[in-house]
Amino acid sequence: MFAAIHGAPGDAEKLLRLAQEFSPRVEQTAADTVALDAEGLERIHGLPQQIAAAIARRAADCGLKAGVAIAANLDAAVYAARGFAGVNVIPYGDETKYLGSLPLTLLDTTPEMLETLDRWGIRRFRDLAALPELGLAERLGPEGLRLHKLASGAGGRPLAPVEEPLHFAEDVELEYPVELLDPLLFVLSRMLSSLRASLAARGLAAIELRLRLKLERGGEHARTLRFPVPMLDTKAFLKLLQLDLSAHPPPAPVVRVWLAAEHAKPRAAQTGLFIPIAPEPEKLELTLARLRALVGEGNVGSPELLDTHRPGAFQMLPRPLASSPGRPLARSLPLRAIRPTRTARVQMASGQPVHVQAEGVRGHVVASAGPWRTSGDWWTSDPWARDEWDVALSDGALYRIYSEQGRWFVEGSYD
Amino acid sequence: MAAVALGRDFEFRVRLPEICPTGVAEVDAAAGGLPQGCLTEIYGPASSGRTSLMLAALAHATCRDEVCALVDASDAFDPASAAAAGVRLERLLWVRCGGNAEHALKAADLLVQGGGFGMVVMDLADTPMITARRISLTSWFRLRRAVEHTPTVLLVLEQQPLAKTCASLLLEMRREKAAWSGMPGCAHLLRGIRVRAERHKPVPAVAASFASRW
Repeated sequence: MFAAIHGAPGDAEKLLRLAQEFSPRVEQTAADTVALDAEGLERIHGLPQQIAAAIARRAADCGLKAGVAIAANLDAAVYAARGFAGVNVIPYGDETKYLGSLPLTLLDTTPEMLETLDRWGIRRFRDLAALPELGLAERLGPEGLRLHKLASGAGGRPLAPVEEPLHFAEDVELEYPVELLDPLLFVLSRMLSSLRASLAARGLAAIELRLRLKLERGGEHARTLRFPVPMLDTKAFLKLLQLDLSAHPPPAPVVRVWLAAEHAKPRAAQTGLFIPIAPEPEKLELTLARLRALVGEGNVGSPELLDTHRPGAFQMLPRPLASSPGRPLARSLPLRAIRPTRTARVQMASGQPVHVQAEGVRGHVVASAGPWRTSGDWWTSDPWARDEWDVALSDGALYRIYSEQGRWFVEGSYD
Repeated sequence: MAAVALGRDFEFRVRLPEICPTGVAEVDAAAGGLPQGCLTEIYGPASSGRTSLMLAALAHATCRDEVCALVDASDAFDPASAAAAGVRLERLLWVRCGGNAEHALKAADLLVQGGGFGMVVMDLADTPMITARRISLTSWFRLRRAVEHTPTVLLVLEQQPLAKTCASLLLEMRREKAAWSGMPGCAHLLRGIRVRAERHKPVPAVAASFASRW
């Protein structure tokens, strides 16, 4: 049993909401018409007439001027709601008789088809329903047969329900304010299990977790965990939340927890014999979170060189990225950086450094090369200009030293 | 008779580890490369080519599209030098420990346990020996056990050997001479360093020389 509601074209949203009050399975057939699956409503409202009357009453309460029809099949209900005003209930088996007086212009077909039928003198549903199916199929093809079924009230298409936007969220009001992390994790574990079950039931995974903690003395503490790939592992979620909350604890006891998941389709990956080894994204995320908890937020990641000549300029990306294989370059003489650079005392003779002394670095200069004068960013508020020297000290090690604004520094050693 | 047959059936076989190239042909030819699933120590004084060898190995591994990790105990890694050596930085995870050797050890353990890395390098080359010697043999044993039966190469850079029996390959680096060009005071340039790598373990000891140059 299906019900259809026909209103003004501008009320599409209201019509949809009205239909959803009666059934979770609702189809928006047109801008001015919605259909709903009325199966089971008789237990709440009684006879089909009473169901239709209840829908009409609720429409009137919402300020909608709507026609309501109930029929055994979806198309018959829709055409009855569109064609007749007020409340209509089409008894099972009487669809052809009931819809007979409706004009063919209500049918969803091409203007050419309607013109052809009009030329034949076929203008009402009953005229089309009276035509023999075989002859109609020979002259109008499958579309003619489809229209014949609709005009006879014998359409049997299933309802195509509107997909509601999915929300995966859990909300828990705590009985008493929670100060420690462990009891909070106990609550979060239960919420995560529930979220995971909801996501798994729909074949989805989480790409982001949003946690909001309502604090005892007002205000909220919000944290968001974004994953590189969709995940569906409660243990991993809980560990990531634990590490994040340990690094960023709420400033006051928590009285309410709200946890939501942004859903995404699960990752489909196929392994191969010749694919180079790489950490599983889920495991890598967990490892990165543990490393961040150990050495600090900005100390873990993949380095990226910045587009500047400033020495030692780089930034950290959150995690290694996929790239295409390349070829190693020729060997080069690498520098081991000393961070922060150490202040040095350098003795000069004839414009050449002869002795270097800094923390952990001390010796006579055996050989040196320089100065290499570099500068940059003079057009910004943070310019740099320095004279670099490569020096071999009496201890056998090679260092890069530089002077900037009259002061000497050891930048690193060549190794 | 049955015992003899059983002994023959259960013949004990040592499974040799897979070898990864170091990226330095001279070292590969002499020492054979870096064994997977084993702990390798590269040690030597400053400017002895430890970092050159490590970057060459990382460059080779990242160019095979493997994800590698560098646990940098004293924050000495220079991304520009690594990029110049051919390391694909986007395939490298860099963990900066700010001088804390204990954090470096824990980070290396986490990375090896996490799995999936082609090479994990723990750089203790600038860690003071007094601190480095405090790392217990148990910790090294734990690392060795964690990396065993995995395709990961675990590389440790240091000033002196620390892991004792836990290391499967021991490479000592020595500087031979720095190469300069031009005349002192006039167009004098540091061209590179000539270094020597000596394999002390497994025996027999072998050696190879190579140059790191601009």
